[in-house]
Amino acid sequence: MDDKHDEYKRIVFVTVGTTSFDSLVKTVDSKQVKEALSAKGYTHLVIQMGRGSYIPKKSSGEDGSLVVDYFTFSSSIADYLRSASLVISHAGSGSIFETLRLAKPLIVVVNEDLMDNHQSELAEELAERKHLFCARPQTLCEVIKSLNLDIIVPYEPGDANPVAKLINKHLGFPVD
Amino acid sequence: MAVSVSIFLVTLLVVRIVYVISQSSKPNRNSSQKHLSTLVVLGSGGHTAEMINLLSVMQKDWYAPRYYIAAATDNMSLQKARVFEDILDDKGADGTQFMQIYRSREVGQSYITSVGTTLLALGHALWLMVKIRPHVILCNGPGTCIPICAIAFIFKVLGIRWSYIFYVESIARVKRLSLSGLLLYKLHMADQLFVQWPQLQKQYPRARYVGRLM
Repeated sequence: MDDKHDEYKRIVFVTVGTTSFDSLVKTVDSKQVKEALSAKGYTHLVIQMGRGSYIPKKSSGEDGSLVVDYFTFSSSIADYLRSASLVISHAGSGSIFETLRLAKPLIVVVNEDLMDNHQSELAEELAERKHLFCARPQTLCEVIKSLNLDIIVPYEPGDANPVAKLINKHLGFPVD
Repeated sequence: MAVSVSIFLVTLLVVRIVYVISQSSKPNRNSSQKHLSTLVVLGSGGHTAEMINLLSVMQKDWYAPRYYIAAATDNMSLQKARVFEDILDDKGADGTQFMQIYRSREVGQSYITSVGTTLLALGHALWLMVKIRPHVILCNGPGTCIPICAIAFIFKVLGIRWSYIFYVESIARVKRLSLSGLLLYKLHMADQLFVQWPQLQKQYPRARYVGRLM
């Protein structure tokens, strides 16, 4: 593959983390979502499908459509995130903050099948602050169609020092 | 006779529990120690990332030796802790240990079957706590920390070991405390309970808002 071709690569990376999230994989593998991504100028779709049982269809994109590839797990998720122009992720805080720290546009899809569905809290709060976009599997296509990356507010990483200082103080260690 | 003895013992226990709770929220007055053995309870994925973030700004030679505990079903967290410990210089890294514990509840497990698995986790936690008897316990959310903190509290009541328990609610909790956080809060088991969102602190006034860790 020549470099010239690489310049036009705009990769969408989908990640479900350590569990399974078939309804997300199924949704991104649908004709509507793939067409919506193509219409937005994305050229490649890479899906990390975890323990899911739904297998997406691979495509080499010869007919001008999206190039689709998938894998189950990888030790170098960070590399996939770095290479992506858009990340579509499950609502796990690990994936969310790893993506935000790389300053990649992010759509978080909330898994409504989880028993204790607290995960939507974080995604919705961060969406309200315009750090990311929040969707459900059934609304993902609409969110992609109306995607406007210009409104994203860059995420400022937090700081653990205040907690550490309070703990030091409580234990009687010197606090500077 | 037996009745009055048991009334006396129960009263004594209640007084002791009230004393332990009231003392727990107060700072350590006996600050002569140079370092305190620290038990770090790790959870899966995001929880571990948050805990490592906190540990990376803490004085390693004060919080030593460190004992890391993670669920037996979780291979990733201890691995991450090992990587974290490996890149530290030797200062205060002596005696660091990594241990696994039975989990009281898996993600998605029903609350009813959780009862049996919680008992098993409790027994295992007791065994580990008898061995470690930490001065400081750091935890941030996984159910694994509940048996540990409950035993630590009982050790405090019985005078076996006075542990300082710090709980940092996960950044994923914006509106409500997790089950672990809620239990520790309601039962007054944590010396300090930190939250990362201001709206959460408003709901739980005894919690301390510390801003985002991530």
